[in-house]
Amino acid sequence: MSTAGVRTKREAQAARGRYGRVGQIIGEIDDRLGVAKGGRTFLDKIFPDHWSFMLGEIALYSFIVLIATGIFLSLYYVPSSTLSVYHGSYAPLRGQKVTAAYASTVNLSLSVRAGLLMRQMHHWAADIFIGAIVIHMARIFFTGAFRKPRELNWTIGLTLLVLSLANGFIGYSLPDDLISGTGLRIMYSIVLSIPFVGSYLAFWLFGGNYPGTLIIPRLFIIHVLILPGILAGLIGAHLFLLVRQKHTQFPGKGRTEDNVVGSPMYPTFMAKTTGYLFMITGVITVLGGLAQINPIWQFGQYQADKISYAVQPDWYMGWLDGALRIMPSWEFAGWGHTIPFVVLLPAVVFPGMIFTLCYAWPAIERKFTGDNAIHHLLDRPRDRPKRTAAGAAMIALMFTLLGASATDVLANFFQVSLNEVLWTFRVLVFVVPIVAGLFTWRICLEMQGGGADIGKRKRAVVMTRSAIGEYRTVETEAQPDDEHEELPPIPVPVHIEVGVGDTGAEQAGVRTVPR
Amino acid sequence: MSQDTELEAAMDPDLPLPATSLDDPHLREAVRNPEGAERAIAWLFVLGVIGVALFGAAYVQNWKPFTLGLTLGLGLFFLGFGVTAWGKYLMPQGPFSEARHALHSAQAEREAIAAALVERTGVVVKRRRVLLGLLGSGMGIFGIVALFPLLRSLGPLPGLTLTKTNWRRGSLLVDSNGRAIHVEALEPGGIVTVFPAGFENNDQTVAVDQTVLIRAGTTAIVTEKGRSTWAPAGYIAYSKLCTHAGCPVGLYEKQLRLLVCPCHQSMFNIDDGAVPEFGPAPRPLPQLPLYIDRAGFLRAQSGYDQPVGPGYYERTTT
Repeated sequence: MSTAGVRTKREAQAARGRYGRVGQIIGEIDDRLGVAKGGRTFLDKIFPDHWSFMLGEIALYSFIVLIATGIFLSLYYVPSSTLSVYHGSYAPLRGQKVTAAYASTVNLSLSVRAGLLMRQMHHWAADIFIGAIVIHMARIFFTGAFRKPRELNWTIGLTLLVLSLANGFIGYSLPDDLISGTGLRIMYSIVLSIPFVGSYLAFWLFGGNYPGTLIIPRLFIIHVLILPGILAGLIGAHLFLLVRQKHTQFPGKGRTEDNVVGSPMYPTFMAKTTGYLFMITGVITVLGGLAQINPIWQFGQYQADKISYAVQPDWYMGWLDGALRIMPSWEFAGWGHTIPFVVLLPAVVFPGMIFTLCYAWPAIERKFTGDNAIHHLLDRPRDRPKRTAAGAAMIALMFTLLGASATDVLANFFQVSLNEVLWTFRVLVFVVPIVAGLFTWRICLEMQGGGADIGKRKRAVVMTRSAIGEYRTVETEAQPDDEHEELPPIPVPVHIEVGVGDTGAEQAGVRTVPR
Repeated sequence: MSQDTELEAAMDPDLPLPATSLDDPHLREAVRNPEGAERAIAWLFVLGVIGVALFGAAYVQNWKPFTLGLTLGLGLFFLGFGVTAWGKYLMPQGPFSEARHALHSAQAEREAIAAALVERTGVVVKRRRVLLGLLGSGMGIFGIVALFPLLRSLGPLPGLTLTKTNWRRGSLLVDSNGRAIHVEALEPGGIVTVFPAGFENNDQTVAVDQTVLIRAGTTAIVTEKGRSTWAPAGYIAYSKLCTHAGCPVGLYEKQLRLLVCPCHQSMFNIDDGAVPEFGPAPRPLPQLPLYIDRAGFLRAQSGYDQPVGPGYYERTTT
């Protein structure tokens, strides 16, 4: 690429200006889009450094793995309930009547090169995705990052969780194997339990009475197009708000409500986060290769009159299954109508209440504290004992219910009666959250104060035992590393200047200024 | 740089962009021994490249998913670990800061947009009340009408579908292969899933009609008052759909004479009309009245006397 009149390489370089080809390309782009200033500000954008700010990234990067592996799967999966006799490579299934959905999933698992790796990565990525969302959400909650001005992003994040739960369940149903089909049957009954409209909703969703032939293609298009589209849009909005409102930070030296202290987008954060993407993808890939998940060819084709023992959903649906199990068998019957509270309360009303509480939390807290100020500095959980206790109680409730979804497995494992396990969980589901909440509240109070040594390395102690058996600890002398003090923060330098006298020669890409 | 000048620098286009000299300690690597870190990262990259290259070989050779996942996963992990370590240890230690400008606009701007909405609406739009009303009702009606195909086309109305099965007076009991059940077919304690003859091969009917047939003894069994003829020769038939959440009640505990639903552990006692003894099921399983025809095959006296499966609002009580 030579310009007329310019002959030598040196002349060509000079014609491009100080920043060479990069400068020239940016000039051309900026002429058309006017993005130089915004683009540079974006490169200078500061990301505060804390391990807990990386939790949301796990979710984001698992989503990317989900999309990539999902595209691969969609090239082989056939969303149809059409029955045919299986002639594939898995001998035990040969001669059985199976649906196209099931046959194609078995085929992509066992006959397509790297197909099983992709399918297991997809499943693991989904489990990790939802787990990361939940842990990320807990971080946001306990540090008060949802407070004004970030309530909208809390709402978007919670919606992402709800939709991901739905899409996870739907994806789990698509292979049409014996276990996922049972899950769908229960879902049908849950929809059916809603008073007044339940049977209509169930018929509209499934295109008639259970099972019908429409549900698989319908779930497929929801799973691969509708929900991922909404999820991608909401993730975009989530990140846009993050950039617009800038990241929160923990209080500390030089950190105020009016600044953000950390590493710049380019190159430090970009390197860290790109590496993180690769590490997460790597972990999911290792899991996909090594840890078997959902071997549907062993479960067999779904048949409405068949069932397997110890039927359990993926972990994120466990709390709903646990709630269904421990609910007493209440049903209203009278005046020509039936209201199955036994299903309605644990599977519709209860999750509705939980999510309503989560959506309303920022408003509830604003109302109780009367705090309508803008917050960019995070709380330490111990400094907000009531909120922290409430969060701990919620997590305790969810995990107790998750445990309750394994009543039969626990009864078998510990050789105790199912009745005892059931009643234990009926008690625990009330006791554990209350105890966890009170305990957390108390610990928070105990831990208050302090904080002067945040970010400092703890000194080593020497423990000695006296002749009478008494133990004492003595703090050692401060080591040079312990006293490592952070520099006061400065704005990201756009220009890195090298004095002419320092190096004696001009360096590529570095501006030299006369001293 | 102090907080104020930093803010000013960001606001004022005439002030020079922030600069620093190469010997600024902020630009020093975050780690004390950069050469060592560089060596370690180089090794991570080497491992990463080896892993990814091995994946290529494993893929070409069509090795097991185990090898594929291990090579690609570890390769990606080492590469990622190296890049992150590069960012964490070999890049400027900082810390750097950025001013956080207030999100809100100037008071005049806030008033301006409120004014534009309120005043323009009042002066320009609300003056045409008739047009506004017509447009509003048009949009409202469109909104309601638009719901029709969205809802009603999706599926049929339930009608009486949920209350009916295909069991009729005289229906022959057959297993999933279509074989009729002779009175000698089952030993006491035996169990088989049955369907009305002609409906055993259709997913749709199987889901509704599935019935569990147990030979609980050798003589007629009365599970409840008024059901004296329902279980001839020890054959009892119950709907296989759990009254809790509709799972097939697929397990039979022979010693305890309990039908068990594996989904949520509801247990039904077969001797007293399948009343739930344990678990969340709110109602007994409906019982199918049986008789033995002249050729010795089991048949249904009639259909079920109540809807099978889980509860729903329109389900009438019996």
